[in-house]
Amino acid sequence: MYLLQFDWWIVLEKFILIAVIVTTSLVVAMYSTYAERKVAAWLQDRRGPNRAGPFGLFQPLADGVKLFMKEEIIPTASSSTLFILGPMLAMITALMTSAVIPWSWTIDVAGRMVPLQIADINIGILYIFGVVSLGVYGIMIGGWASNNKFSLIAALRGASQMISYELAMGLALLAVLMLVGDLRMSSIVGEQIANGWNVVYQPLGFLIFFICALAECNRTPFDLPEAENELNFGYHQEYSSMKLGFYLFAEYIAMFMSSVLLATVYFGGYDIPFVNEAAWGNYWWVGLVGFSVLMMKTSFFIFLFMWIRWTIPRFRYDQLMHLGWRVLLPLALANMVITALVVLLLNNK
Amino acid sequence: MQLTKRSKQVERKPMTIWEMLYLPSIFKGMAITFSHLFKKRPTINYPEEQRPFSAVFRGLHILNRDEEGREKCTACGLCALACPAEAITMEAAERQSGEEDLYKEEKYAAKYEINMLRCIFCGLCEEACPKDAIYLTQTFAPANYGRKGFIYGKNDLLIPDPNKDPEGFAKAKGELGKEKK
Repeated sequence: MYLLQFDWWIVLEKFILIAVIVTTSLVVAMYSTYAERKVAAWLQDRRGPNRAGPFGLFQPLADGVKLFMKEEIIPTASSSTLFILGPMLAMITALMTSAVIPWSWTIDVAGRMVPLQIADINIGILYIFGVVSLGVYGIMIGGWASNNKFSLIAALRGASQMISYELAMGLALLAVLMLVGDLRMSSIVGEQIANGWNVVYQPLGFLIFFICALAECNRTPFDLPEAENELNFGYHQEYSSMKLGFYLFAEYIAMFMSSVLLATVYFGGYDIPFVNEAAWGNYWWVGLVGFSVLMMKTSFFIFLFMWIRWTIPRFRYDQLMHLGWRVLLPLALANMVITALVVLLLNNK
Repeated sequence: MQLTKRSKQVERKPMTIWEMLYLPSIFKGMAITFSHLFKKRPTINYPEEQRPFSAVFRGLHILNRDEEGREKCTACGLCALACPAEAITMEAAERQSGEEDLYKEEKYAAKYEINMLRCIFCGLCEEACPKDAIYLTQTFAPANYGRKGFIYGKNDLLIPDPNKDPEGFAKAKGELGKEKK
């Protein structure tokens, strides 16, 4: 009978949490498209979308409706199963990252302590790596299934780019793991709340991680897989209607997740610097404050992503590989070794 | 080889370590784009705001009336003859007794059409008119969904009666003409 004593509330709790977080990610991604167009316009002395609703706020909805209404074309020469699987995978892998991210403080709901994190698994960072690596399959399958030369080239580029930059990204994160000594996302944030943000101890690591995050999200200056002017939109060239929408959407979700990750791993997550929020208790509004703080940090990074996109031109392919293998990888290695030495010396004292 | 004095020799010396870092120049570029966030935008929100035109702007046509509100046009056809784009067509009619308060002279235009898709807004019709009946205003033809909508008839072109609708008359005479639905 003891085995049956399962805490059923946890199912409801997690279910609600998942629903809220997935919805939030989708809404943020939706409005990222709007923000991207607005930021692009502002940086170029234009006004941006302002016709649909006040300040053009309904523009993402209009775009979504437009994408749904478009004719859906599956090329005859494509392998249709993979063709449909491509955008699905891209979307799923983009959304999966959110599972291990601690969104805010633990709150007290009618006597139950509810951590605002879907799963606090003890291999949080590893899980994120796994999911991020899976992200390349959306691009690869889509590019391959299209049966189009441009798409295939773009898919190959995407794959090699992601593999190259994942190495440096992993090594940059390893240095953080040495400081924290735990793979759990919650303890990474907890450590930063106690000892100060990781960006202070790991400025180089942060820079490497940020550049790699740009490459992993296929954002400019590393947007070679979709290079408009050389590959005709790259891997999603043959896609139309909402399948194309899924690809574009997945990209914005990936950008959101990368920003959340940057804020969580290097900028203290939901922590307000120099304020001891833990003393405020476990009220629901403390959770809300923590979540808003995380969102503010995230918005800053999203803006940074866009700001870079509308400033820097695209890398050439050999420059991209040069930067990844011959600059970032040695730098990340050096960063890791130095961090390891410092940690070792300090712990032996 | 120097062909002109304006050409500049491109420097091809190797980059310094500071330049090879790239990051300083990237930050410089980002500072430039960021400064554009606060610049004035030259775009005008068109239907709500309108760009001011000069007094000699040649826009949509109007058919004029005299002070008593009678149509000035006598359908002589000189404007149609002057028109280089052949945009103007008209049909003349004779004034009947009892219509003296509607038309100024014995002959008037029963039908007067300007095809705004053909019109090049050169203003030659205005110059050709011996009766001061046609003028170019400071508005332009608004967008339309069909070609038919751009053929402006007498209803669209005729200026409001100064006695019955002084406000509309002043508006049409001034900067803004009427807008077609």
